[in-house]
Amino acid sequence: MVAAARAAECGVRVGIVDDNFRLGGQIWRSASDHARTNDARFDDARSNVSQNNVSQYQNNEAQNTEASRSAGWVRASGATVLCGLRVVHQPEAGVLLAENLDGFCELTYDKLVLATGARERFLPFPSWTLPNVMGAGGLQAMVKSGLPIQGKRVVVAGTGPLLLAVAAYLRKHGAEIPVICEQASWRDLAKFGLALSVWPEKIIQGIQLKRDLAGVPFASNSWPLAAHGQQILESVTISRAGKNQNIPCDYLACGFHLIPNVELPLLLGCGLSNGCVQVDDFQTTTVPSVFCAGEPTSIGGVELALIEGQIAGLAAAGHASEAKALFPKRQKGRRFAQLLDRTFRLRPELRSLPSPETMVCRCEDVPYYCVRQHRSWREAKLHTRCGMGPCQGRVCGPATQFLFNWNPDSVRPPVFPARVETLAAVTGQSQRQHSEVTGGQS
Amino acid sequence: MSNAAYDVVIVGAGIVGAACADELARRGLRVAVADADVVGSGATAAGMGHIVVMDDSDAQFALTRFSQQLWQELRPELPDDVEYEQCGTIWVAADEEEMIEVRRKRDYYGERGVPTQVLDAQALYRLEPNLRAGMAGGFLVPEDGVLYPPCAARFLMERAQKQGAKLHLGVPVAQIGRGQVRLADGTEIAAAIIVNAAGARAAELTPGLEIKKRKGHLVITDRYPGFVRHQLVELGYLKSAHSVSGDSVAFNVQPRRTGQILIGSSRQYGAEHKEVDHSVLVRMLQRAQEYMPGLAQMSTVRTWTGFRAATPDKLPLIGPWAGDATSGTAGDATGDKSIFLATGHEGLGITTSLGTARILADQITGTKPEIPVEPYLPSRTAKEYAHA
Amino acid sequence: MPDQITVTVNGMPVVVSSGATVAVAMVLAGQACRTSVSGQPRGPLCGMGICFECRVAIGGIPHCRSCQVLCEPGMEVTTEN
Repeated sequence: MVAAARAAECGVRVGIVDDNFRLGGQIWRSASDHARTNDARFDDARSNVSQNNVSQYQNNEAQNTEASRSAGWVRASGATVLCGLRVVHQPEAGVLLAENLDGFCELTYDKLVLATGARERFLPFPSWTLPNVMGAGGLQAMVKSGLPIQGKRVVVAGTGPLLLAVAAYLRKHGAEIPVICEQASWRDLAKFGLALSVWPEKIIQGIQLKRDLAGVPFASNSWPLAAHGQQILESVTISRAGKNQNIPCDYLACGFHLIPNVELPLLLGCGLSNGCVQVDDFQTTTVPSVFCAGEPTSIGGVELALIEGQIAGLAAAGHASEAKALFPKRQKGRRFAQLLDRTFRLRPELRSLPSPETMVCRCEDVPYYCVRQHRSWREAKLHTRCGMGPCQGRVCGPATQFLFNWNPDSVRPPVFPARVETLAAVTGQSQRQHSEVTGGQS
Repeated sequence: MSNAAYDVVIVGAGIVGAACADELARRGLRVAVADADVVGSGATAAGMGHIVVMDDSDAQFALTRFSQQLWQELRPELPDDVEYEQCGTIWVAADEEEMIEVRRKRDYYGERGVPTQVLDAQALYRLEPNLRAGMAGGFLVPEDGVLYPPCAARFLMERAQKQGAKLHLGVPVAQIGRGQVRLADGTEIAAAIIVNAAGARAAELTPGLEIKKRKGHLVITDRYPGFVRHQLVELGYLKSAHSVSGDSVAFNVQPRRTGQILIGSSRQYGAEHKEVDHSVLVRMLQRAQEYMPGLAQMSTVRTWTGFRAATPDKLPLIGPWAGDATSGTAGDATGDKSIFLATGHEGLGITTSLGTARILADQITGTKPEIPVEPYLPSRTAKEYAHA
Repeated sequence: MPDQITVTVNGMPVVVSSGATVAVAMVLAGQACRTSVSGQPRGPLCGMGICFECRVAIGGIPHCRSCQVLCEPGMEVTTEN
């Protein structure tokens, strides 16, 4: 959002595309203005297009205001807002193919800013597929989308600052939280807490969180061992202080930090480094006309994303010197990203969570004992179909990467499931080629 | 670096290599298989997995029919994940001209004992209601089927391994020489006989082979069970497969047991990169929508490409390699240190893998082949040149 | 715009607040969204439209990610097998 706003203020024509029905990505989703946006337009526009799926992991009242402010900023800047639209392919350079519930359209650009955000990492454990076992951000998103949580018991587990933010949010909406299970060690968390002293705003957030979570038990060195229930979640067994504990609950909010959404950048040919999109000081990827900001470049949270977004927007609009002014702030943000990385590394015990029958690929129901026999992601995919479902490996890919140290495949279109008619659309230049060559059989 | 002695080393662990390994091991030979990738990769991983009797030529018919019967015999032993379905093929006729072709095929297949059925328009729509209106009819071959090739290749390879075959996977084959195969890491695998079953890469290892890569595209949808029941192919498919140059697309869809629909097909010469060619994809999908408009709204999950190994006369190369004229070495069909070929199957590798394995093994062991092998002998091309 | 919306889930009426997603309606109805390939009941996991576990048929159109669709009055939702 901020990239779009900044770029638009520079006077270039900007479009912002978000696959959600409102601006704001994941954490800001219902915080931006409630009016359903109707100003989506489908004409070809030579413009700077920014796909914005900003994913944050902290959320509180201040953020709500900030989200609304940013949304307002985008609209005031004159950028064209296209919501509910998902980019699925780039059929030719400078042309994106995007789809929504009713149809598809073609978006042409000179410069592209990718802010595709991040998603939660899920790890398999026995019965994790039971209904009401959700991601931490997942359950929060459901509550923001209208799920009543008042009086419900929610166990929060996994790793990362998202757990605290989610627990605080749920509690504020009336949920009862028997425990928060963080797999990181107490020592790593203590170091994290000390390191936060460099960022006063984070200390403030920390204090706020502590207040919001007063009385909620927090266990480090703790992780889920199994979910239980017949057709739906009934209880969770966790490992805590070396002992197993069974906790009856209505929901399990479980996520293991965040994975950058690098699929679209990869499709566009952007290089990666350490699993994140490689960018230079101006947030330019290895593809000169493509910029990237936020979580896909490194999991660093809202502040870093906001800075990078602005730098990307300014750079894309050709305002390098204004972008430069933001470099020092970004440097600080990047150090926080590194701290997150260190603190919330996954412990090896999590590799032993799945039992042989535990589903690893949920789309195709491939159990652990089948996947484990293979020596690579490719082999597992070919022979068990793990990763061949509609999620396109977004859930099982990171899981198997952690479980077996497998490297993922290359990305092919569509980067998100798309209708046949969308992929079959004749776009731009290929429209001219198409009329020259006879279609179908000769 | 190992120096094991085998009777046969097979280069290529795709379905043809796996079938050959299985057959040769079954006959008591000591077999090794080498492949840069995993079992069932290459065109085997990329293809549609159809088992189809085709009558482009008598020789093609003979091999596909022979192989189809072998698949039917094998069927009871195939594990679940091979997903063998005898769904049959319907060759769809869009107009009266294509119905003439249907009737010609009925006669041809009928004379050779393959059960078929001519479908008028009414019968066609009873079987496949989601075809667009206005079709003239079709040609049903009920004994054709589909399966999931990587698992079929794995099944055959595991059977071979149970009979003692050894796999060398993950390292590319650098060179095929007489009596040994050298891998890129320096490992040499020695054997009296080398079989080149390397598919689209075969010509890299056996210089002089006339094999061209013929790129194809495929798309798979989410689950829509019952939308299509048979493998459907437009009769124009033959025109597409027929052409020796140029790019073409043809309507070809296949139901998978999962309820997903596999949409093909396309053919390109000269395209070396494996990225999806959007313009070809567009044409292929538009052709598919022309035949089955209901496809338009379906969610696609993946697109991919693969390379078929194509020969000039559209028949595979199965038998001893004669060598090139300049080397001056005539290959001998029996005796020590020979190179055999089992490649060039174009779009029929899955179907003809079993038949290929049989007649290759017959030639290697000196047994009388169950069908005449002359049309598939690599030396046929040498003869053509001699006559030129 | 009404505060409460009624949709049907497998023929049963379910009342949700306006702005709620179909996934929420499914959870309120106590119904799993779909049955997996091997017969397991499944519901929303990621809440952001990438896991595809929350798929239902809406108005007869299959494979709709219910966490991405806002409820509208009279919507007919059926579960997928």
